[in-house]
Amino acid sequence: MSGQAGPRRPGPVMRLVAAAGYTLLLSPVVVVAAVSFSSGAFLSFPPPGLSTRWYAALFGNPEIMAALATSAMLASLVSMLALLIGLPAAYAIARLSFPGRRLLADLLAAPLLLPTLVLGLALLIALQPLKLVATWPGLVLAHCTLAVPFAVRIMTTAIAAVPPELESAARTLGASPLRAALRVTLPLAAPGLMAAAALAFLVSFDETVISLFLVGPRLTTLPVELFRYAENRTDPLVAALAMLLIAIALAVVLLVERMAGLTRTLSRD
Amino acid sequence: MTGWLLAAPAVAVMALGFMLPVLVLARISLNRTDDLGAMQPDLGLATYDKLLSDPFTTELSISTLGLAAGSAALAVALALPVALTIRAAPPRWRGPLALAAVAPLLVSGTARVIGWLAILGDEGLINMLLGALGLPEQRLINNWTGVRIGLTESLMPYAVLVLLAGLGRLDPRLDEAAATLGAGRTRTFLRVTLPLAAPALAAAFALTLVLGISAFITPRLMGGGRVFVVATEIFDLALETVDWPAAAALAMLLLLALGALLALRSALPERGR
Repeated sequence: MSGQAGPRRPGPVMRLVAAAGYTLLLSPVVVVAAVSFSSGAFLSFPPPGLSTRWYAALFGNPEIMAALATSAMLASLVSMLALLIGLPAAYAIARLSFPGRRLLADLLAAPLLLPTLVLGLALLIALQPLKLVATWPGLVLAHCTLAVPFAVRIMTTAIAAVPPELESAARTLGASPLRAALRVTLPLAAPGLMAAAALAFLVSFDETVISLFLVGPRLTTLPVELFRYAENRTDPLVAALAMLLIAIALAVVLLVERMAGLTRTLSRD
Repeated sequence: MTGWLLAAPAVAVMALGFMLPVLVLARISLNRTDDLGAMQPDLGLATYDKLLSDPFTTELSISTLGLAAGSAALAVALALPVALTIRAAPPRWRGPLALAAVAPLLVSGTARVIGWLAILGDEGLINMLLGALGLPEQRLINNWTGVRIGLTESLMPYAVLVLLAGLGRLDPRLDEAAATLGAGRTRTFLRVTLPLAAPALAAAFALTLVLGISAFITPRLMGGGRVFVVATEIFDLALETVDWPAAAALAMLLLLALGALLALRSALPERGR
């Protein structure tokens, strides 16, 4: 009953429920990690013994390795494109005033409002007559449709956070508008731009549902392989595959966190 | 005009990857499928008629809404204590605790489902524990139970995020005031915290409900092909039956329902949004 500063510490019941909540949130990831090192042949937990046999099987599986290469290449391409395409748009939204600026911002957020299942179906139906299903251009377009809005959003926040006076000062000193933007604002917004590129990479690398509609037998991504595998078989290989996906996503997050402070950049808005 | 010029590449991506496909989707939903399963060009509502008069569509809609509402309610109920714990934690613990609660968002949904299969499956943790206690084995995957558990977990991080944002605006001194005035923990929670958190709870429920209605991966994989919701049906119609008009019409109905929910929510009066 003591009056302490700040919110009161939750009581025992509340903390018990919170602990249950955390257990529910974190147990699947912990269990996947454990099962991926299983020596057994089933998705049993606890595993009968530990081994790296399923990782060996994973890296020895040519289809999965091909899907990994596709996903890595696709995500890199999408990340680069999202940065190149999104940056001028983000600059316009953050810095310029022009008729329809609000409309542009809304348009560039709209695909995120659509369930990915509906967007995937729409892309399949629209791209099939154009012979773009199960092709690189089709997948790149589909992933960019999601990645560009994310990238624009983060970059708009990052650019808006750079004081506009710095750019005006550069202009006063004789820099052209383009030069002032490229040499003053851009370097200062760099951490945000890097976070945007990383998030675009992750959006593409983890994208499952839209890809399910657009892949083909000869062009498939890692999350689609994981989904298909989980649909049909349940041996610990699927857990090792899930860990591979998690590890790469985590590596990207940590890399950007070290370079630019991803969590800081994301939580700023 | 420089603005639109700078944004032209991004607008082109939106036009090709979003606007055109959605228009084509709407257009295809007006076609119909003949008795042989071939698509016939048309400009009518025959496919909608067929869907809406089919009792299976009604059944799907009810079970989808029931699943989403139940999982969303449970996710919000579990997320509230998590959010309150984060808010009341010492400052240096707040970051890590919040990160742990939203970290699942960074992990692919399929990967988390695989974790659930290992926990809830026939060879999984729960059944191992039940076996050790001499209790009968339970079927917890490939049915609605599994889908409910998996969906609740996948919606929780979103609920935590919305609640953290909403609760952040509450004055912590109100808790203290209630305590000073002699209210116990339960009373403070029921009479002070809960009413103040109501708008945030409503926002969290609305978001998780919408996400739950359109969820696909969890119902598909945890349901093992035995659980049918609107999303799995759209997927099957598109890729297995290859009945595009029906898939498109059902997708349009889903969008309509989601739009109606959002409109309903913004029409409701609300404090503190």
